[in-house]
Amino acid sequence: MKLVTMAAVAALTIGLSGAKAEPVKVGMITTLSGGGAGLGIDVRDGFMLAVKQSGNEDLEVVIEDDQRKPDIAVQLADKMIQSEKVDVLTGIIWSNLAMAVVPAATAQGKFYLSPNAGPSVLAGKGCHPNYFNVAWQNDNLHEAAGAYANFAGHKNSFILAPNYPAGKDALTGYKRFYEGDLAGEIYTKLGQTDYAAEIAQIRASGADSVFFFLPGGMGISFLKQYEDSGVDLPVVGPAFSFDQGILQAVGDAALGVINTSQWNKDIDNPTNKAFVDAFQAEYGRLPSLYASQGFDTANLLLSAMAKADVKDADAFREALKAADFSSTRGSFTFGPNHHPIQDIYVREVVKEGDVFTNKIIGTALTSHADAYWSECNM
Amino acid sequence: MIRETYVNALTLLLLVAIPLWAVFMDEPFTITLMTRAAIFAIAAIGLNIALGIGGLVSLGHAVFFGIGGYAMGILAHHAQTYTPLAEWPFLIDGTKSMPLIWLVAIACSALAALVIGALSLRTTGVYFIMITLAFGQMFFFFAISWAEYGGEDGLSIYIRNGFPGLNTLAPIQFYGLCFVLLCLVLLFAWKLSKSPFGLALNAARQAPMRVETVGLDPKRVKLVAFVISGVITGLAGALFADLNRFVSPTMFSWQTSGEIMIFIILGGVGRLFGPVVGALAFVALEHWLGGLSDYWHIYLGLLLLVIVLFGRGGLIGMVSGREAVHD
Amino acid sequence: MSLILLIEQVLNGLQFGIMLFLMAAGLTLIFGVMGLINLAHGSLYMIGAFCAAAVAAASGSFILGLIAALAGAALAGALVELVVIRRLYDKDHLDQVLATFALILIFSEGTRWIFGSFPLFLNVPEFLSGPVTLPGGIEYPLYRLTLIVIGLLVALGLYLLISKTRLGVQIRAGENDREMIGALGVDIAMLYTIVFALGAALAGLSGALVGAIQSVQVGMGEPVLILAFVVIVIGGIGSIKGALIGAILVGLTDTLGGIFLPEALKLFFDPSTATSIGSSLASMAIYILMAAVLILRPAGLFGARA
Repeated sequence: MKLVTMAAVAALTIGLSGAKAEPVKVGMITTLSGGGAGLGIDVRDGFMLAVKQSGNEDLEVVIEDDQRKPDIAVQLADKMIQSEKVDVLTGIIWSNLAMAVVPAATAQGKFYLSPNAGPSVLAGKGCHPNYFNVAWQNDNLHEAAGAYANFAGHKNSFILAPNYPAGKDALTGYKRFYEGDLAGEIYTKLGQTDYAAEIAQIRASGADSVFFFLPGGMGISFLKQYEDSGVDLPVVGPAFSFDQGILQAVGDAALGVINTSQWNKDIDNPTNKAFVDAFQAEYGRLPSLYASQGFDTANLLLSAMAKADVKDADAFREALKAADFSSTRGSFTFGPNHHPIQDIYVREVVKEGDVFTNKIIGTALTSHADAYWSECNM
Repeated sequence: MIRETYVNALTLLLLVAIPLWAVFMDEPFTITLMTRAAIFAIAAIGLNIALGIGGLVSLGHAVFFGIGGYAMGILAHHAQTYTPLAEWPFLIDGTKSMPLIWLVAIACSALAALVIGALSLRTTGVYFIMITLAFGQMFFFFAISWAEYGGEDGLSIYIRNGFPGLNTLAPIQFYGLCFVLLCLVLLFAWKLSKSPFGLALNAARQAPMRVETVGLDPKRVKLVAFVISGVITGLAGALFADLNRFVSPTMFSWQTSGEIMIFIILGGVGRLFGPVVGALAFVALEHWLGGLSDYWHIYLGLLLLVIVLFGRGGLIGMVSGREAVHD
Repeated sequence: MSLILLIEQVLNGLQFGIMLFLMAAGLTLIFGVMGLINLAHGSLYMIGAFCAAAVAAASGSFILGLIAALAGAALAGALVELVVIRRLYDKDHLDQVLATFALILIFSEGTRWIFGSFPLFLNVPEFLSGPVTLPGGIEYPLYRLTLIVIGLLVALGLYLLISKTRLGVQIRAGENDREMIGALGVDIAMLYTIVFALGAALAGLSGALVGAIQSVQVGMGEPVLILAFVVIVIGGIGSIKGALIGAILVGLTDTLGGIFLPEALKLFFDPSTATSIGSSLASMAIYILMAAVLILRPAGLFGARA
């Protein structure tokens, strides 16, 4: 039966040679259950919103839940490639899962569009022509936080992140742009929920500002405890602890906190306005940056489908590289390592009615590329 | 007894027939799933020697699974980046050869099992469960902060390691390799349980005093069993890493220890084929239920509950209607 | 490192330990009386936190939230005991581990099904927020001080309950000889349900109290569960006193280890190496402590039965 289908497709291709309506099958591996499910659900919803809006029937999406486990992600990737025979993979949220899936998938000739994770290896030595990052390189938002700290006149920062590779990248990224001194540098336990000891050290350190990277529940805990401790040094962080899904759980403790992001719902362009409205209408909640990344990923893919046939890998790759779509972030281009060159904004947490959200107050870095592109040979 | 033999034969038949069917139907993913089940089965057979025969409820077997995985990851990582593993006292290079990796995995897990076993066997009962859990957590947190080998991100190995005469990249050939190893391990476990050592171990579980009176040291017997058990689980870890071409600290997590234990209980404790049936059933459930609902963990949980509460002797016990031979 | 900082860190370790005690007390009681390993204890902690968050959000009162946490967790505990747990008492530890592992799966995904995948909001009440100045000029959050006090009060209450009341006599008797108290006409089934619900309520209380300064989310219970097991094993299973001392030991080791190990290693290594080795050693510290205690005293510090 498989053979028959193959033959039919072959006949079709010959008959319609030159046409670009070859169907594209996308495999989305993302986190839909367990602790980190909020992020994966946002990416999925953003992605599917764009697919629905396009009305493009040549795009088929298979979605699977990786439970945030690397071995499950690898198994799903095998399944998508071996039995679903997808052309493009996308969806992974976490760097460690991306490292498990991406190198093998691209080596097998599949395209991978990253809607969230951007580990440094994949931007530098381990870059691949078929790998496109539509979100950011992991260091980007932290670099922007460092740049903002200079602008705000911070001279003595206390910095902390969890003791795992993304945490180390975060502090490296911050230090790459930050010009002042360090009052202290701490690696906390991954998944740690009590930061009393760290806050005491911050209090005793004589710092004039705090930078932290604590994604998910860790950030919620830290902010609540920081607020309660009475230490009132200014805090800067990347958007991951201030996304739409988390802010409501942090509450007042987050008000006024400065964070850096490549996206916000008030970026002034028609695509973004339409996206925010449509997302709210469709799902009844405000979109997060993850949702915007999912939305942009789908639109990038759709733009490439309109230009080239996915079976012609070289042409399709060029079409992706052109990034000829209107992004929710405004201008969006790929650098030589297929990572975004984009503006990164400074946001402040505000309250609109009953809802906590972010407002852009400035731009930290303009047309910012990552630090690893020169190591990439492809 | 007879019916259990039928169940065992049927299981073996499935292990051969399903992958062959998958090759014929061009469903390579089914082969990948079967490989996963076969590897889990090996890991669980390892634990079953300590747990089923020796009564050592170890909630830390992820240590050996992870050590096997990291043995593969570290050796292959050095081979793939062309950097030596050690330059002093003499040059050690990485390798991409499976038999060599297995040897290293076995040696490292044996050493770890010897140390952990010697310390843990000072305790019994719940304390034993908990101290093995503690060792698991130690390795887990160590692996997470071991930046040289990827920390929490883990290590990706781009191409599966080689075995002389086989193309391990072909799913069915790699499955074949795992299947042969599974059969060897099964044979070993069967011989072991019938051997004088196996009988002594069984006795050390049921009546340690009597073992002592005949001049054997029950602790020593248990320690040897623990090491054998760790070695087999370590071998499975190396295979699992090769299946995924990836290792990460998840292999050391207490949930992994729990899952290996689940395979055994699901299939039937102390039965030769219990771990195999359990692993097959678990992989199948994971695959089917995951497709049914985002909340499939609820159904998995309910099913496990039913088996524990009402199914005496696991799946095999339910089918064959008998308690395990020596229960 | 100043003395003030040291005192503040000791208080932090103490507070962390006391919260662990609330979890560990229930766990150790349940094990002591019924001989049950309950991996699902972390789920009861989570249920407490979610009940508190939901009720506090609806009513605007933190106190009502706490009451809801106690009631909700006790109810869930009693229900689980009646439906599932009571069938596990005569099974071996292996079956108990598996069945309660299954309960974790059901509770976690069930909670996610009801409350969604995003963390809930629960904050420190107005009258307990902000820092207070202690003698010596130490600024310390009022809420954390309150937690220490509540924890110690609960410990005292448990002590009185067990040593002075009729229920306490039955519990102690149950720990010593299960068959005998049944023969003496005590309603064993009832006693077990009460003990289980009591343990669950303590876990729920702890979840709600801690949830206010951490995040209320699915999966919050498992890390605490593992720590609580470490605590009761160090203290000796079944011993409330052991649980209290074990909890404080673990709290102090974890908090102080995280600070002093990197500092101490800076004497031997350059700062960044010291920070990274120190942090990884610190994350293993309590497990090393536990293994060491068990190797020296195989039944824990205050364990009666090996």
